[in-house]
Amino acid sequence: MAEFLQILISGLSAGSIYALAAVGFTLLWQASQTINFAQGEFVMLPAFFVLVFTVKMGLPMSIAIVLALFLSVLLLGALFKKLIVEPMLSHGVLPLVIATIALGLLMKEMVKEFYSPLGQPFPGLFPHDVMSILGAKISVADFANFVIAMGTIIILQLFLSRTRTGRCMQATAQNPEVAKILGVDIKRMVMYTFLINGALAAIASVLITPIYLAKFSNGEVLGLVAFIAAIVGGFNQIRGALVGGLLIGVIDNLSAAYVSAEYRQAVPMLLLIFIIMVRPQGLLGTTEGRTV
Amino acid sequence: MIRKLALTTTAVAAFCAGMATADVRIASVAELSGAGAAAGAVWHDGIKMAVEEINAAGGILGEQIDLVEYDSQTDPQNSRAMVQKAIDEETFVLLGTVYSSSTVVNMLVAQQNGVPQITGSESPTITAKGNPYIFRTAFGAQKGLPKLGSYIKNDLGASKVAVIWANTEFGKGGHDAFLSVAEAQGIEIVANIPTEQAQVDFAADVAKLKSSGAEAVFSYMTEEESARFLIEAAKQDLGLPIVGDTVVASQKVIDLAGEAANGVASHVGLTAEAPIPAIQEMAAKFQEKFGYGADHNAIKGYIGAYMIKYVTEKVGSFDRQAFADTLHGLCLNASEYPGVLMDVCWDDTGEMSRESFLVEVVDGQQKITKTLPAN
Amino acid sequence: MSRKHLFFVILAIAVLILAPLGQKNYIIYVMCSWLMFSVAAMGLNLTLGYAGQVSLAQASFVGIGAYITSLITLAGYHWVLGWLAAMGATFVIGLILGYPALRVQHHFLAFVTLAFNTIVFLVFRNEEEITGGSFGLVGMPRPEFFGIQTMQQINFYYFTLVLFLISAFVFWWIVNSPWGRAFKALRENPIRAESLGVDTRRITLLAFGIGCAFGGGAGAIMAPLVQFIEPGSFSLIHSLKILLMVVVGGAGFFYGPMLGAAVVIILPEFLRFTEGYYLMIYAFLVIVLMVYSPNGLIGLGQKLMARLKPQQEVRKDMQKGAQL
Repeated sequence: MAEFLQILISGLSAGSIYALAAVGFTLLWQASQTINFAQGEFVMLPAFFVLVFTVKMGLPMSIAIVLALFLSVLLLGALFKKLIVEPMLSHGVLPLVIATIALGLLMKEMVKEFYSPLGQPFPGLFPHDVMSILGAKISVADFANFVIAMGTIIILQLFLSRTRTGRCMQATAQNPEVAKILGVDIKRMVMYTFLINGALAAIASVLITPIYLAKFSNGEVLGLVAFIAAIVGGFNQIRGALVGGLLIGVIDNLSAAYVSAEYRQAVPMLLLIFIIMVRPQGLLGTTEGRTV
Repeated sequence: MIRKLALTTTAVAAFCAGMATADVRIASVAELSGAGAAAGAVWHDGIKMAVEEINAAGGILGEQIDLVEYDSQTDPQNSRAMVQKAIDEETFVLLGTVYSSSTVVNMLVAQQNGVPQITGSESPTITAKGNPYIFRTAFGAQKGLPKLGSYIKNDLGASKVAVIWANTEFGKGGHDAFLSVAEAQGIEIVANIPTEQAQVDFAADVAKLKSSGAEAVFSYMTEEESARFLIEAAKQDLGLPIVGDTVVASQKVIDLAGEAANGVASHVGLTAEAPIPAIQEMAAKFQEKFGYGADHNAIKGYIGAYMIKYVTEKVGSFDRQAFADTLHGLCLNASEYPGVLMDVCWDDTGEMSRESFLVEVVDGQQKITKTLPAN
Repeated sequence: MSRKHLFFVILAIAVLILAPLGQKNYIIYVMCSWLMFSVAAMGLNLTLGYAGQVSLAQASFVGIGAYITSLITLAGYHWVLGWLAAMGATFVIGLILGYPALRVQHHFLAFVTLAFNTIVFLVFRNEEEITGGSFGLVGMPRPEFFGIQTMQQINFYYFTLVLFLISAFVFWWIVNSPWGRAFKALRENPIRAESLGVDTRRITLLAFGIGCAFGGGAGAIMAPLVQFIEPGSFSLIHSLKILLMVVVGGAGFFYGPMLGAAVVIILPEFLRFTEGYYLMIYAFLVIVLMVYSPNGLIGLGQKLMARLKPQQEVRKDMQKGAQL
């Protein structure tokens, strides 16, 4: 029982991070039909911004995180949109897929070459004190990660549904032509989406890197998981990415413990294929239109 | 001692200076990119440092070494192509590769062409294939693990052991070798847990270890995965002694895992912490030159480059066949040949033997608890 | 085929025959590797460029082909048997995989193939009794034809070249057959194609199956070329690499995959002098190419040609440039 509970709790805490990365995936897809194969690297990179500011420049952690967040919004949000996505929007999905694959490679290689090919320790934001719940252990950091990840997603959802800007963003995602006629500045709305994705990547990065350790190749696994979580949950719903992320986190841990450690990676894949067969719009997705 | 060597070789160099010298080309085929970059790049830096020392001291037989690097991208097929390229470009001796999955492929090419190859791989299979041109810089896992097995049995008094290992060519080699050691020494394997390359979430694996009834855990994974595992084990309060080979108690893992690494015990073939002045001197120089600490891969690369120098100078000419023949059954002792750092012998399969150590991590430091004789 | 085109083809074949003469083993090995990847990329080009479906599993089909060929040749049978079995098996597996995915539209085939690739990798690694697990399979013999050994690198190159030419011919024939025209109609306008009586689902499925069989054929070349296979060579990243070849060369163009494979395999060679930076430069160039010319290098070439040929067009462009 304690073992099962442990696996469940750990799965949820890992899944909350997957959800953060998956939400970004979903946002970009809705706003601009961008399948971002560099999403994993987007989450890998901000941790290295923090390391550059703290280790190389000696700034305190809190300032480093703020600067890294700002830099991520600028580079992974604005610059990515301006230099890569915008010129390619009219080309269709495929060239952009290839370009983001290349972008992921570029980011990995740069971190490896200019920072280090070796994994780096990364300071945790929260104490590593461990609590015990019916025999299952959970650290303060795990708990905090879960709360922050969920909180971020809820705030985002509120922003999209309760504020004027958020509703304009939704309108843009659902039907750009109509939104334009209604006077929404589409370009700006799409840009906002990219900026938010940059910020989400930075938050996810700072939360997980103390556990994952900072390494240039961290994005490979994470990007794939985020991608699957987004599709399983529903590519057109933020809620979907949230449920998808948590589900993949739990299923991954359960299958490693109770199905087969050798085939643990296959289980989320089979789930993906199964979902596509029986419910192609994803668990929480809707068939009609695209709604944020 | 190095200064003495430098003096004598400078004298030789001065003697040779009158003659026209053609450089001798040596290829380093390494994992400079891809998943193995952490191992390959460090191994390559070790080679670079040794080559600069050798060149500064007059080179090999009076000829400067022209070190050419080839990136295998941690891809066995590509490593094969790179070895072929290095041979086409007339390398005298090959250095590399570190990943066993690459070495088992590219050593076939070196063998077909009769080019001696000095590898950093520790997989048992490498020297078991009867290839007369392959030589190790660190002995295979099958030699180190029996020493660890008797430590588990006699020192820890554990008869039920759980194994957690990386399900890759590297991890599988260690896993298979450990299982045969366990069988020979009467250790019961109560849990056998394979993990993925680049796995980040070890919660389920640790939970399984906890309920396995094991008295000790044998861990055989690469650096980052070992560290993540140790952190998770500490979090879940696993409470079992964790032992492993080389990696699990390496400085890199200690840096990454922090307090979670304390108490880990490991058998180590080569370590920068070894109580041997030559190694510590080399490690200090490496730290100063590259800005990060030397690990076993750096030391392997360093020794590999010096092997070429010493063996070639024993032969007296740049003859590949004679090089291989001479190195089989050769012993070099560190007092006479300081570049090998520790006394070392090769047998006629290219396998090597050397003293090794048992270490324990105490307060974030490697502590040598025992020096084990060469076997 | 126009006379000019025929002349070009004959010239190209002559160049391919003469190219390896006097070259060292490494260069010949790289050329074999290029021909092999061209065959795999051709298959993906059929799926992607002609039938408009994204597959992210081409490397796993190369893998299935390579493992089947290896097992058959290691058991002592002739390579040709392995080749036929590899292509047949990958064709059937392609059909089985594609059928459900193509029931639902959009990019779902891409997602299913992505999952499939990971699963195939795990099967290769975990089913040790058959596949050798993570140690892989070693020492596949190179085939012998009419007493001619292909153990020598140059002989093996000609063996690969013959297979490449057969594949290219088959590909050309498919594209120009009524089927091929149906593929094209499908890509240009699926709704119109359907209204004209093209059974779109069957045609797409067939294109996918044939594309997979080309992958299997490439695997049959890879086994004796490298004489070693292991699961890592067929992971998702390698599928992306083959996709890169097709798109960089120019999806939907006959020569696109060959050009793309050449770029992906040979360009890093040229950039190697930049040492640690070559992968960065390479990735950067791919991004620039995609931004500037989504139709790949062939599209880029056509663009440049169109710009150079009519003089007035140039002036217009310059005017536009000045306005911007």
